[in-house]
Amino acid sequence: MIEEQFAYGSSFIHSLDPKIRIIASIVLSFATALCDNLYFAVIYFVVSIILIVMARLNMIDIFKRLRPVFWFLLMIWIILPLTFEGDILYQFYGLKITGQGVILCCKITIKSITILLLFSALIATMTVASLGNGLHRIHVPDKMVFLLLMSYRYISVIEEEYQRLLRAAKFRGFNPGTNLHSYKTFAYLAGMLFVRASLRAQRVHQAMLCRGFNQKFHTLDDYPPNRLNSIFLMVISAASLSLVIFEMIWI
Amino acid sequence: MFNNSSVIKLEDISFSYLGSDTKVLDHLNLEINKGDRIGMMAPNGSGKTTLLHTIMGLCKPDSGTIKVFGKVLNHEKDFLPVRSKIGLLFQDSDDQLFCPTVLDDVAFGPLNLGFSRADAIDIARKTLEKLGILYFEQSVIHKLSGGQKRLVALASVLAMEPEVLLLDEPTAGLDNIVKKKLIHILNSLDISYFVISHEFDFANAVTDKIYSMENGKILRDDEIHIHRHEHVHKHGKHPHIHK
Repeated sequence: MIEEQFAYGSSFIHSLDPKIRIIASIVLSFATALCDNLYFAVIYFVVSIILIVMARLNMIDIFKRLRPVFWFLLMIWIILPLTFEGDILYQFYGLKITGQGVILCCKITIKSITILLLFSALIATMTVASLGNGLHRIHVPDKMVFLLLMSYRYISVIEEEYQRLLRAAKFRGFNPGTNLHSYKTFAYLAGMLFVRASLRAQRVHQAMLCRGFNQKFHTLDDYPPNRLNSIFLMVISAASLSLVIFEMIWI
Repeated sequence: MFNNSSVIKLEDISFSYLGSDTKVLDHLNLEINKGDRIGMMAPNGSGKTTLLHTIMGLCKPDSGTIKVFGKVLNHEKDFLPVRSKIGLLFQDSDDQLFCPTVLDDVAFGPLNLGFSRADAIDIARKTLEKLGILYFEQSVIHKLSGGQKRLVALASVLAMEPEVLLLDEPTAGLDNIVKKKLIHILNSLDISYFVISHEFDFANAVTDKIYSMENGKILRDDEIHIHRHEHVHKHGKHPHIHK
């Protein structure tokens, strides 16, 4: 269900400490999101492309990953230029396309794609386990790290359970349709899933107690201190900061 | 060092689930000594799993005493140090393996026991190697097969170096190859264990005596007679009726 197709590699980005990559992606994506100028947005886009190239990721796979966003962007491109107030660029009977609307659409498009590319290059290049480790080391509360790791581990188990229940229903002639019986059946399935998930949670907790669990998060990953890590973080932070300051002075 | 000394001793244990009158365990007595290899075959719902959970302190008995290594255990904190000495293998491996990767999971116990990261990895690797599954130390657990998961679960229990193993239907849902492997592993272990199983061949291959359970009580070896007949006769493969 969850494929970590970018997680394994030998590029410079892959060798960076997860902690550094998480911080860098947060800094960069905030700077991108706060940017309000088309030219600056393009600069951030170029930065994200550079990071993708540095991580040596396959462009076609990246493009496939971006597909869901394109649908969202398509909606914006249909609605915004027609509804945004501003100078009229083109008029067709009652429909007015405004220049400001088009520029806003460009900004939204570039910024959202940039943020996704940043996350693909920096976060998708680590396993969920390393992500948990990195989050733990930037002092995200242990409970939240556990929540992430456990969801990752059990989402496939819960999906399997759901499929099993659905199969059992289908074998007894259940044919989903738009009627009360179908809705009821799905409600039963969902209810059953919750019951099973909570029972399983109990058993998992018991199993953890049996192995001496004491609410502490332990991890095996070991990232030796490397000067490249801090250099990378400094370059990223300096670049984002200077871009933000430039934008503030310029405009 | 304590030959034939009592490792686990249950005296007069009674237990019933909340809101139910039937006693799952009814004044039950059980003693597991060092070196014992005991099998348990009993019908579904006879309280076998409850019995194991009671030993681990996961179910609190209504009455009776639990003694482990000669110490009486009453409260949750009494059980804490004991749990690392008794390894419980759960019926469903998915309950037991909750870390993302195999190595993480096997090292979880040692890390909780206070071993350093390097030592924990070392112990985990050695345990995996002993079971012949070191080659998937980096595998992601939810992508393993049922048999592989069972072996990893066993490794994660053995990594804590327990003195007794409690195994809850270790062969459920496994094919013959993994079953044979499990038999081989159990027979090569140098610790006492208590195995719940529905399979006579398996229980017979890995244990010295077989108990059963009825009405919340243990039936000892001399009270039960589980056995299998093998015979040859001239009807061969044609369907026939025995008189």
